[in-house]
Amino acid sequence: MKIEILGSGCAKCKLLAERAEEAAKELGVDFTLVKVTEYPDIVARGVMSTPGLVVDGAVKSQGHVPTVAAIRDLLR
Amino acid sequence: MTDASKSCACAAPTSAPGGGFWKSGGWLLAALPAWIGLYVVLHPAGDWLAFRVLGLAPGSRLGEAVAFFAYDAPKVLMLLGAVVLGVSFVQTFISPERTRDLLAKRTGAWSNLLASLLGIATPFCSCSAVPLFIGFVRVGVPLGATFSFLVSAPMVNEVALFLLFGLFGWRIALLYTVTGVAVAFVAGWILGKLRMERHLEPWILEIPFEASKASDATLGFPARLDLALQATKDIVGKVWLYVLMGIAVGAFLHGYVPAELMARVMGKSAWWSVPLAVLIGVPLYSNAAGIIPIVQVLLAKGAALGTALAFMMAVTGLSLPETVILRKVLKPRLLAVFLGVVTAGIVLVGFLFNTLL
Repeated sequence: MKIEILGSGCAKCKLLAERAEEAAKELGVDFTLVKVTEYPDIVARGVMSTPGLVVDGAVKSQGHVPTVAAIRDLLR
Repeated sequence: MTDASKSCACAAPTSAPGGGFWKSGGWLLAALPAWIGLYVVLHPAGDWLAFRVLGLAPGSRLGEAVAFFAYDAPKVLMLLGAVVLGVSFVQTFISPERTRDLLAKRTGAWSNLLASLLGIATPFCSCSAVPLFIGFVRVGVPLGATFSFLVSAPMVNEVALFLLFGLFGWRIALLYTVTGVAVAFVAGWILGKLRMERHLEPWILEIPFEASKASDATLGFPARLDLALQATKDIVGKVWLYVLMGIAVGAFLHGYVPAELMARVMGKSAWWSVPLAVLIGVPLYSNAAGIIPIVQVLLAKGAALGTALAFMMAVTGLSLPETVILRKVLKPRLLAVFLGVVTAGIVLVGFLFNTLL
């Protein structure tokens, strides 16, 4: 599973990365976590408000930081 | 994962806590009277703490500063918490994607007016100004309307509105909102008329782009409340320190700076105070919640209303960090025109108020 965190590096993006990692570990899945920080790459993934969460190419959330429990459901 | 949740941009928890309104939101009915009761006793409690418990003399500088802080800090934080919760709940119904799609179909001055108004309620964080800007421009939102939105969103947001209402009454809240929208509207309209599309950085029109979809998911009340509580925790957790610092500066001004000085520097008679306040405010970065306690004291100390409101607009609407971010999408000339037009608009608003009121 490829988890991408979209955002230029603000506090919210870091929080999202931490929560996504925690959620993925709780689920016990194989995953790689990538931070996408360059604007062209963020826009190309179809995200307008950061931070964005993209899982295997699909946008799962954007503009806010979901809870760990919510991210767990999004990863399933 | 269904298709619906895939396109669900502002993804809500897919498994919402069940139980409907009474189970998940019933505690609100108990919390509301408690909140009001606490709010009412804050002022006497602050005086009691400063003058009885700490034994400071009423009327002394230190005493007045401490009493002000003890009363104002919990008051602003309580207002902020309640306001952010209410607003976050409403904002689960609104997304930047929906705003963008509404604006993509408009042209002319209407697009500027609509963008300025939508900027009030649409959730916006200046750290995503660049992707938002590109998203707007690429789906065909007029450049002028995009600017109207960029000015209005951070400056005239609902948090500022409700805090102004709670602290200064509806007249000042309304005045700030109407003039803030007017500045965004006129600035965006002028920028649109200047036809400066060629001063956009070319890469934003060339890169591969995919329009993100607005969420169509119909969330239940519990899921929305859950999102709102989460957002409230995040926002208040992030800004409380700035709010307290703002109030501490305010308390210092309240206790130590004589009213005549402030009236002389920021009063009506000093015509240069408006441009000066705006020039000081433009590079500063703060959200509305952090700047309002300072405005509160400036007003109490005899600063003119127009000067204080212009200062607040300058601090929230424009900032050095946002300028640096926007430089990535705007060539220097367009960036300079943008800053110049908005700054001039804010100065005009300040003068207008000081003349009329």
